[in-house]
Amino acid sequence: MDAEIAADERSGRQFDIEFRLLIEAIYHMYHYDFREYACASLRRRMKSAMRHFDCRSLSQLQDRVLHAPDAFAALLDYLTVQVSDMFRDPSYYRAIREKVVPLLRTYPSLKLWVAGCSAGEEAYSLAIVLHEEGLLDRTLIYATDINPHSLARAADGVYAIDRIAGFTVNHRNSGGNASLSDYYTAAYDRAVFDKSLKQHIVFSDHSLATDSVFSEVQLVSCRNVLIYFNHQLRDRALGLFRDSLCHHGFLGLGSKETLRFAPRATDFDAFVTEERIYQKRGQS
Amino acid sequence: MIAPALPADIDAVVLGASAGGVHALSVVLPAVPAAVTASIMIVVHVPRDRPSFLKDVFMRKCALEVREAEDKEPIAPGTVYFAPTNYHLLVEQGPELALSMDDLVHHSRPSIDVLFESAAEVYGPRLLGIILTGANEDGAAGLRAVQAAGGVTVVQSPQTAHSPPMVLAALREIRPDHVLSLEQIAELLGTLKVRTP
Repeated sequence: MDAEIAADERSGRQFDIEFRLLIEAIYHMYHYDFREYACASLRRRMKSAMRHFDCRSLSQLQDRVLHAPDAFAALLDYLTVQVSDMFRDPSYYRAIREKVVPLLRTYPSLKLWVAGCSAGEEAYSLAIVLHEEGLLDRTLIYATDINPHSLARAADGVYAIDRIAGFTVNHRNSGGNASLSDYYTAAYDRAVFDKSLKQHIVFSDHSLATDSVFSEVQLVSCRNVLIYFNHQLRDRALGLFRDSLCHHGFLGLGSKETLRFAPRATDFDAFVTEERIYQKRGQS
Repeated sequence: MIAPALPADIDAVVLGASAGGVHALSVVLPAVPAAVTASIMIVVHVPRDRPSFLKDVFMRKCALEVREAEDKEPIAPGTVYFAPTNYHLLVEQGPELALSMDDLVHHSRPSIDVLFESAAEVYGPRLLGIILTGANEDGAAGLRAVQAAGGVTVVQSPQTAHSPPMVLAALREIRPDHVLSLEQIAELLGTLKVRTP
């Protein structure tokens, strides 16, 4: 039994070393920076990637990834792809509609930033809210992600038809005053979202770990992204959001994320506490 | 049978339960003394489309503080943390709590395996892992990780489990330190180290 524990300890240490080396290798080779991601979930994803790519160790995976860009693209999907839904957490979108939109209305033109947009569900949801509130025509939404596959999917705005029923219920629960079917065309097993939404969204590559501020915006929506970052990287991202936001601009986080444990908390005031919507503090 | 005693240096307890779990926890959690020094993290499988009621239910039943886990929250002694609905709960170095929206594990999010494996990484031999009643196989691999890291492992005895498959899966995976009824598990938790005034 003790020998077994010792063997487990050794393989645990080996994994730690290989984990750090692989992350460094990815950074140097492909300039994707996972060095300040939260360890626990990234380790889990790496472990399951190891099984998926049929590798005995992370060193073996590293060999594949370094010498075959295709393998890296596949690993990147494994490490970054997130599944979201349109109008996920309908009460969040209801709060945007009822509490934030009245203030957004006061701006002659609007810019929004969906940080970590994945396959675009959240960007389209916000575009629909703004359309229904009569603001989309003067709005530009930046939707950014680090994964090129995700960005391409997001720009297509095509979702499997079997997801639409769930999206429709969410949309209604978020206070949607039109039918979701007004915004897409069903074709076979897919729903294609409308050009009239897409022309107000710019999908582009941006890393919260390595890139900087690119525009001034009135609202940043970044939901369930910061949970994958460690404290330093989370604080870097919050700094980018603060610097991007106009005075009294809004920041929306995921339903279980909070600024309570962040040093940057003092840059923001709670605006709709239960929906994790914050407002940038004015300069004192 | 008298419940066995625990090593003195247990810093954290992880519990996993599914079908019948709320009742099982109602037996074992109230037995934890208010002045306990360990932190307690719990995954119960509940429907993913509704807010969790667990915190409110157990706040009234427990002597210690009961919270729903938040991301990057430092783990406090003498506190019970429930995984929120539809998020995995993990333990990070610190120790602190972390949440993730990663894929379902054993059709579950939160998953018991995810909590137990991450807690084993951080707490090693200072961890007590307990698998209670449930109808799927989540938790077996997690309990194995707790044992591999040198932690103490407990499985509810199948004949006392409302729904045995989860404890049977754990018993197929490892030989735990203890196989106990809910009352014995309650007694065991009653022996966790308490703050000396």
